[in-house]
Amino acid sequence: MIELVWLIPVFPFIGFLINGLFGRNFPEKVIGWIGALSVGASFVVALGIFLELLGMPAAQRSVQKIVFTWILSGDLNVPIGFLVDPLSMVMLLVVTGVGCLIHIYSIGYMHGELGFRRFFAYLNLFVFNMLILVAANNFLLMFVGWEGVGLCSYLLIGYYYEKQSAADAGKKAFVVNRVGDFGFLIGMFLIFVTFGSLNYLDVFPAAQEKLTQGGLMVTLITLLLFVGATGKSAQIPLYTWLPDAMEGPTPVSALIHAATMVTAGVYMVSRCSVFYAMAPVSMTTVAVIGGATALFAATMGITQFDIKRVLAYSTISQLGYMFMACGVGAFASGIFHLMTHAFFKALLFLSAGSVMHAMSGELDMRKMGALSKKIPITCTVYWFGTLAIAGIVPFAGFFSKDEILFFALVRNPAFWVLGAVAAVMTSFYMFRSLYMTFYGESRVDHETAHHVHESPPLMTVPLMVLAALSLVGGFVGVPIFEGWHRFGDFLAPVFAPAKAILEHGHHAEHHSVTMEVVLMAVSVGIAVLGWLFARWMYVTNPSASDKAVEKFGSVHTLVYNKYWMDEIYDALFVNSIVNFSKLLWKYFDEGIIDAIVNGVGSVTRGIGELLRWLQTGLVKDYAYSILLGVLVVIGYLVLK
Amino acid sequence: MIPIPEVNLGGILPALVLCLAGLVVMMLGLFIRRGAVATAAVVSIAGVLIAAAANTPLRMMDKQAFAGLINLDAYTWFFNLLILISAGLTVLTSVRYLTDDGLDMYEYFVLLLFASAGMMFMVSANHLLIVFVGLETLSIAIYVLVGILPSSKKSKEAALKYLLLGAFSSAVFLYGAALLYGSAGSLGFPELAKYFKAGQISRMAYVGMGMVLVGFAFKVAAVPFHMWTPDVYEGAPAPLTGFMSVGVKAAAFAAFVRVFFQSMLPAQMNWIEIIWLLAALTMVLGNLAAIVQDNIKRMLAYSSIAHAGYLLIGMVAGKEAGPAGMLYYLLAYTFTNLGAFGVVALVGRKGEANVMIDDYRGLAKTNPFLALAMSIFLFSLAGIPPTAGFVGKFTIFSAAINAGYIWLVVIGVLTSAASVFYYFRVVMKMYMEVPETQPAELQFSPAMLLALGIALVGVLYIGVFPTNYLNLAALSVKPLF
Repeated sequence: MIELVWLIPVFPFIGFLINGLFGRNFPEKVIGWIGALSVGASFVVALGIFLELLGMPAAQRSVQKIVFTWILSGDLNVPIGFLVDPLSMVMLLVVTGVGCLIHIYSIGYMHGELGFRRFFAYLNLFVFNMLILVAANNFLLMFVGWEGVGLCSYLLIGYYYEKQSAADAGKKAFVVNRVGDFGFLIGMFLIFVTFGSLNYLDVFPAAQEKLTQGGLMVTLITLLLFVGATGKSAQIPLYTWLPDAMEGPTPVSALIHAATMVTAGVYMVSRCSVFYAMAPVSMTTVAVIGGATALFAATMGITQFDIKRVLAYSTISQLGYMFMACGVGAFASGIFHLMTHAFFKALLFLSAGSVMHAMSGELDMRKMGALSKKIPITCTVYWFGTLAIAGIVPFAGFFSKDEILFFALVRNPAFWVLGAVAAVMTSFYMFRSLYMTFYGESRVDHETAHHVHESPPLMTVPLMVLAALSLVGGFVGVPIFEGWHRFGDFLAPVFAPAKAILEHGHHAEHHSVTMEVVLMAVSVGIAVLGWLFARWMYVTNPSASDKAVEKFGSVHTLVYNKYWMDEIYDALFVNSIVNFSKLLWKYFDEGIIDAIVNGVGSVTRGIGELLRWLQTGLVKDYAYSILLGVLVVIGYLVLK
Repeated sequence: MIPIPEVNLGGILPALVLCLAGLVVMMLGLFIRRGAVATAAVVSIAGVLIAAAANTPLRMMDKQAFAGLINLDAYTWFFNLLILISAGLTVLTSVRYLTDDGLDMYEYFVLLLFASAGMMFMVSANHLLIVFVGLETLSIAIYVLVGILPSSKKSKEAALKYLLLGAFSSAVFLYGAALLYGSAGSLGFPELAKYFKAGQISRMAYVGMGMVLVGFAFKVAAVPFHMWTPDVYEGAPAPLTGFMSVGVKAAAFAAFVRVFFQSMLPAQMNWIEIIWLLAALTMVLGNLAAIVQDNIKRMLAYSSIAHAGYLLIGMVAGKEAGPAGMLYYLLAYTFTNLGAFGVVALVGRKGEANVMIDDYRGLAKTNPFLALAMSIFLFSLAGIPPTAGFVGKFTIFSAAINAGYIWLVVIGVLTSAASVFYYFRVVMKMYMEVPETQPAELQFSPAMLLALGIALVGVLYIGVFPTNYLNLAALSVKPLF
């Protein structure tokens, strides 16, 4: 079965070809099911390989399958080859499994849209590239997938290209990602120079022999690769494209901008765990950037009223958690969170899509409210997703997030504080979105209210499957009890070398069970705190939030704020976060970072104009330029 | 007694066949009144194919002919083939263009064939004078071709500019050659190599070397000797622009590399820094200037300048890997750019009325396959996998990294990241915008479809299965070392 790994990316590619080239006259249903089933077929194959892998001894679970030699010239030998090991297996299952569900959902969601076929063709092409990215056995092939997913994401963000904002968002995503790709490419070249190969199985085992622990080269390589990761996975300072990417259709947000593509950076860093383990500076950088992003993005999630934007900032924040996990050396926990996040975040996005579907495309939560009765299934699954992301026992997010927080505390309590504060906010803004959307008073306008309806089964069934996964998905990684953390044990061989390096010279930390239990209780307490606060603000006392935002800044507000600040811990603190984050959002995000992104365009444009000015069109000027060149060249040669 | 030099017509047979085909076209053109273009195209294609057949034996050879003036080796073989591919594809993309414009000008093909023969001499030369003769044969034919559109003022202006500046640069080149002769006593590459190896290099020889370098830099359009390029590329007929950007450039690079690696390698330390600087300037300026262009021909002109910069990295990288990377790159670039210019010629329609980037709006709606093909050509130019352009950039960059020129590669990667900006602008216009007015149907000719098909298959095939071609490139540069 493992031999057949090449089939996994091939199926979606065939789907892309059929729909892309011949689908012109197919009815919608046929196009949709070709798309969904091609990914489903990949999932079946991946499942088969997974079962076979489980049957093998843990030490041997790393199989290479080379399809053919792609580039062979001089020292350079790059195959089109796949590596099946626990890490790529997890990724393959997540991408094909969640991908398949989202495809099915899309058949219902995209019904009647112009360019239905184009949508499915791009979506299949995306899955193909994503599978290449995670299954590749060398950096260059990974880069092929890396570029490919970027391209598809760009096309899909700009799907509604009649909308200027959509086209702009696509462009922004593209430019930002190119900055990241630059880091990836240079890092890859340096790996090639150091190792003379780009194949994982040549490179990683030789890492300790060819690179020095903490040396300049390994630090440079890892930092450059991390630049690539920040671009793709929307981390500080390259995160700004992701909220704008919400201009794309909602299934795209779920698949590409939540469950799969944006996690590619986490996958890449984990894949290179050995390198990172050897570069403490880079590890710290990854952890700090990850932790900072987790907190920073969470504060921004609080102030958003667009339901998809809340989820977008939340995704950035959760990706930050994953990077923080990698940065503190808990690679397996990062991947664990990647998986559970894929479940609940895909669920949340698709539920948001279902809400939009019911609300005739409305995204503003201020115009929702009291929808729980009208779209009960969507409301229920949104509950599941919210409980999971907030980290309430026993939902999936609890296990993975708790694990990351635990390792963060072990490494450095400062990281734990970052993560814990972000967790309160996460819980708060998620329940806020839940209550604003489904409870309280209805703020739906009359016209829309008339049309509110539950989505068809094509959409709700995938939602229910994802809801189930969000509930039970964490049970593969139950902590404390020996042997219950099946997920961590499965991944352990992949990260063993990195772990060995990290623990070299240190005593393996003894994890006290008491501490773990206490931490868990604290985590849940944090989540519940955020929950209750949101409930109080948006259900019990719905005017509080309006008043708070409205009146902040005046002395009167300060007095007024005291009224509820006493009850809930420090309202001023929270409130200033709201405003501070607004400020940040306004000046930092829109001002500085957008300026940088647009600057890439305008600076080059400016220089271009200057150059155009040089290009006078007069032959004599051209001849002078040649003459000048001749003089410089001769002068250099004679004087040297 | 004066020794009679060895005559080896077999070795230069490909060039002879092209000349002969040119003569046949000329004669036929006198008698055929209507449809001369079609006949001329058929004869030209036949000539190209026969020349390709005559070229095959060269691959196994490694010797000199005509008293050591001409090299018959795998390097010559490779570039002859490249020239034939670009000539053949250019003939195919030109047919409809010439008939569309009501130009029943068979002379176009005659000049194209003669230019190609000149290039073949240039790439096989073992003597600076032969390089010069080849260069002039090629240039004069191209000067005329650039200005061949009777009704276009732009075309005339471009031709005159190119002629004046070309003459200027030829003079520089020739003067440099003369200075080299004064120092080394010969212009044969082996003799020059001996002179440079001996170590007693005079100032005069350095000046000569610099001027020869400038002569080549002009032809490959390296900054600051590039200024003619945008004007000339914009004015010339689109298919010919394609030919200039690949065929002429490839021939110039072939001679450039041969001269500097075969005869001036010992002085490498002196010229490599100049080329480093040229490469950096060329990449930066070419890519930045391309961003502001609204005319697609001008945009592609700056893009071709930028590509000359990437190719120069291969020269800086040196050893065998650098030039080998260049050969592969040129092959990839030939298919890619001829394909792109084919589309430009096709979309441009009669009299090149539609050469603005805005004219590509909504092409994906009206001509999905053409838009897809153009996108793939542009991806290849941008260096996005799995196209040939990506493998080309990758091999050149990795050769340079291996040789220790990390900063040059950083510039290369950064500028090519910027380049995506302007290539994608066209893709965006095609896929994400709607045309303001309903454009007329495009007229596809079978020849054009064939040319685009070949180019497309070439770009993808040598991108996905590059190994054989990389090996060919590596074998072809062996004779230089």
